[in-house]
Amino acid sequence: MQSTADAFEDLRKDFPVLNRRVRDNKKLVYFDNAATTQKPNQVIDAISDFYQNHNSNIHRAVHALAEESTEAFENTRDMVAKFLNIEDSREIIFVRGTTEGINLVAYAWGRDNVKEGDIIVTTEYEHHSNIVPWQLLTQEKKAQLKYIDIDDNGELMLDQLDDYLSTGKVKLVTFSHMSNVLGTISPVEKIISKCKNAGVKVLIDAAQSVPHMKVNLNEIGCDFFVFSGHKMLGPTGVGVLWAKKEILEKMSPFLGGGDMIREVHKYETTWNDLPYKFEAGTPNIADVIGFAKAIEYLEKIGMDNIRNHELELTKYALNEMKKVPGITLYGTKEPEKRGGVISFNFNDVHPHDVGTIIDKEGVAIRSGHHCAQVLMEKLNVAATNRASFYIYNTKEEIDVLISSLQHVAKVFKL
Amino acid sequence: MSGDPIYTEMIIEYSRNPSNYGKLEDAHIHRHDSNPLCGDSIDLYLNIDGDKISDIKFDGKGCAICMACSSVLTEMIKGKTLDEVKKFTKDELLSELGLEHLIKTSPVRIKCALLSLKTLKFGIYSYFVDKLKDSESAGNLNEEAANLY
Repeated sequence: MQSTADAFEDLRKDFPVLNRRVRDNKKLVYFDNAATTQKPNQVIDAISDFYQNHNSNIHRAVHALAEESTEAFENTRDMVAKFLNIEDSREIIFVRGTTEGINLVAYAWGRDNVKEGDIIVTTEYEHHSNIVPWQLLTQEKKAQLKYIDIDDNGELMLDQLDDYLSTGKVKLVTFSHMSNVLGTISPVEKIISKCKNAGVKVLIDAAQSVPHMKVNLNEIGCDFFVFSGHKMLGPTGVGVLWAKKEILEKMSPFLGGGDMIREVHKYETTWNDLPYKFEAGTPNIADVIGFAKAIEYLEKIGMDNIRNHELELTKYALNEMKKVPGITLYGTKEPEKRGGVISFNFNDVHPHDVGTIIDKEGVAIRSGHHCAQVLMEKLNVAATNRASFYIYNTKEEIDVLISSLQHVAKVFKL
Repeated sequence: MSGDPIYTEMIIEYSRNPSNYGKLEDAHIHRHDSNPLCGDSIDLYLNIDGDKISDIKFDGKGCAICMACSSVLTEMIKGKTLDEVKKFTKDELLSELGLEHLIKTSPVRIKCALLSLKTLKFGIYSYFVDKLKDSESAGNLNEEAANLY
């Protein structure tokens, strides 16, 4: 019987890129998983197989290839629904990614439901994709955008949410399930219960949570839920928006065009049923089909096992990193309250210099503002370094990170 | 890991103690620029006396490469004529710090190295156009700055 760590190490053989040597023949240590994850052969092969054996457009033609392609595409929708514990797969809308999903809601729901003076509430630790669409909407509607600030521990100050809700003007509260910079896991239940009591809609940006933990959408009770396939072993260009059927049915379309229509006349059009009303044009068929294999792969390991594996790595990394001279770690010290994302800085050393030095050792981390400049302002830094883990990472790789960070400290005489 | 081709003693020293760091109040030329991808952000201030750069300072936030190159650029440019600044090349700046290799080896980090030069070229261009009303002399400065990296 294999130990759990061995079982996870065994997965590495499915990921060809992990065998890469980079720079001066150094083994690749890939710690940029919050940006995108690597893809297993199962996903890569499914995409090749689609183009080699089935390639066809979907939903229209009646020939054999079209039927096979349509079935594989729709089968993915059913798998996503099951993965999230959703009963009705018509509530699963395929989009390009989290960014497009949030923009869809801001445009198609926001423009009909947000008026002058209304409030949209977001948080200080959002990705730009959960800030900019709401700036565009609130500016257009003369509505207001408000922020839930974070405390010194990197956690949301929920008292502020109470204040906003008490105005009676809040239309939507939108927040990330897990911060892509601090790794903080948001107190979803508390936020949603406050919003439900106030009759306010809730959007969850789950780009950083769904890949790493079990999510039961049937229990969460939010109204909109968005995530990306490429951060969970899937191909780029596939994302999912889930919303309750009653909301989706009342919403105006997002993009107009083929597949989203029922009947088109010269001057008026009626909309197709869900989910097609929101899927105009030929979708990313091959990649959606590849995404099914990613879900299959994750389910086989088990989302709870994945969470535990990452928690172990995070605890180990936090403990080792704090010993490196001159290092500052951001976010909560309690590993249970965070995902496998660790942001850090060295005294006065710019993250780009850190990134370049450890890249020479084959270690891939992210240096920059992580599309979270509002949070960078709050932390009073221009940028941070970020190491983020996934299923195929090991403690040995964290040791390589630590020794490369010690080298940074030496170069900069910290 | 000795002999790091980027992080030499000189670069680290400049990044910790940049030269000509600060503001010039009411500078004849003030130009801000940043690299959106990495977040390097600088302000460059110049005073012109006749056709000479009589004083130059910069401030901002950036990585070691950005701070070192900005420092060296200000040292090299001070006292030069506008015409000399026009002709000043990126190779002259990079070779001063031994960073010519970045052009080939690091399309990402070359932006850090050349941000100050880009800011300078744009600043001088604006001065020619706005103050001297001499868009002809500005020549291809604007294009050069825009295509520096």
